[in-house]
Amino acid sequence: MYEEEYVQIKDTLQRLQVDSNAKIVFLVDKNGQQIAAHGDMRGLDATSLASLTAGNVAATDGLAKLIGEKEFSILFHEGEKDNIHISLVAQRVILVVIFDDRSSLGLVRLRVKKASQELEKIFEQLLKKAEADRGALANRFDSPFAEITDEDIDSLFSE
Amino acid sequence: MTFINYAAREINCKIVYYGPGLCGKTTNLQWIYDKTNPQAKGKLISLATETDRTLFFDFLPLDLGQVRGFKTRFHLYTVPGQVFYDASRKLILKGVDGVVFIADSQDARMEANAESLQNLEKNLKEQGYDLKVIPYVLQMNKRDLPTAVPAEDMYRQLNIKGEPTFEAVAMNGTGVFDTLKAVAKLVLTELKKK
Repeated sequence: MYEEEYVQIKDTLQRLQVDSNAKIVFLVDKNGQQIAAHGDMRGLDATSLASLTAGNVAATDGLAKLIGEKEFSILFHEGEKDNIHISLVAQRVILVVIFDDRSSLGLVRLRVKKASQELEKIFEQLLKKAEADRGALANRFDSPFAEITDEDIDSLFSE
Repeated sequence: MTFINYAAREINCKIVYYGPGLCGKTTNLQWIYDKTNPQAKGKLISLATETDRTLFFDFLPLDLGQVRGFKTRFHLYTVPGQVFYDASRKLILKGVDGVVFIADSQDARMEANAESLQNLEKNLKEQGYDLKVIPYVLQMNKRDLPTAVPAEDMYRQLNIKGEPTFEAVAMNGTGVFDTLKAVAKLVLTELKKK
């Protein structure tokens, strides 16, 4: 992940949160790792949200394959107060929008569509950059983990 | 896939506990959860049936501290062990960095162990991983039971590549952290090679 794209992603999420009147906007990769978020995250267990979202998408993906669909690109969960809108971006990352009755499903869908297109472009750019850099980067500096020692690892468990 | 965030200086690794039904995967996680100090752990999420059988997965995020200035975060998952949940097991193996196989030491469960191990190998292959290459640790659980098969016999039957093997009683925590430590070590050592 590069600084430049990370800032672009955060900007896009922020715009989406404001435009769609949502409480929280959240980006997760398909393995359940949080990439970026925007909104009032207090009192929210972000790690669990990320992992459950990825599990949810993976299960739905499995269902899609079972009935011969490529994917279900949108999931929507409706609650009494809060709702969750989940969509796949560029078939690789998951965009989560949490909103209440100050917004509406229609508005969220509309804004998500626009933001998805932006995110798709950013990720395309990111991928190109990563590929171009892969060779160069490997030569330029070593991974910070090249010198991990057994002591480093043991110290993690010293308590 | 290990997720290294250079901007936030964080490493995230995914470890999956695999094994036959009722072998003690959730018990392992429960023990780790109970014995870790509150700042280092997140919530233990258990998607289980009313009778406490794992339905989809258990999930425990764990902060282990710093390595070379990077915050290390381990995401521990268990799979549902029952044979008919195979589709769910495949999903959970996605993006895995290290696997712990929990074997049930009871004589009557030897066949289930072997079957589950085969299932693991097959499902890993489908995701493009090779059990012989991936960081992998074996735990022989329930050593305290009178019907436990001798450890050497189990080792012969289940150890596939000389992986670190631990005798455990997950109910009272014996061997639980040794297992976790061994797999964490293998995963972090793997990072060195990249």
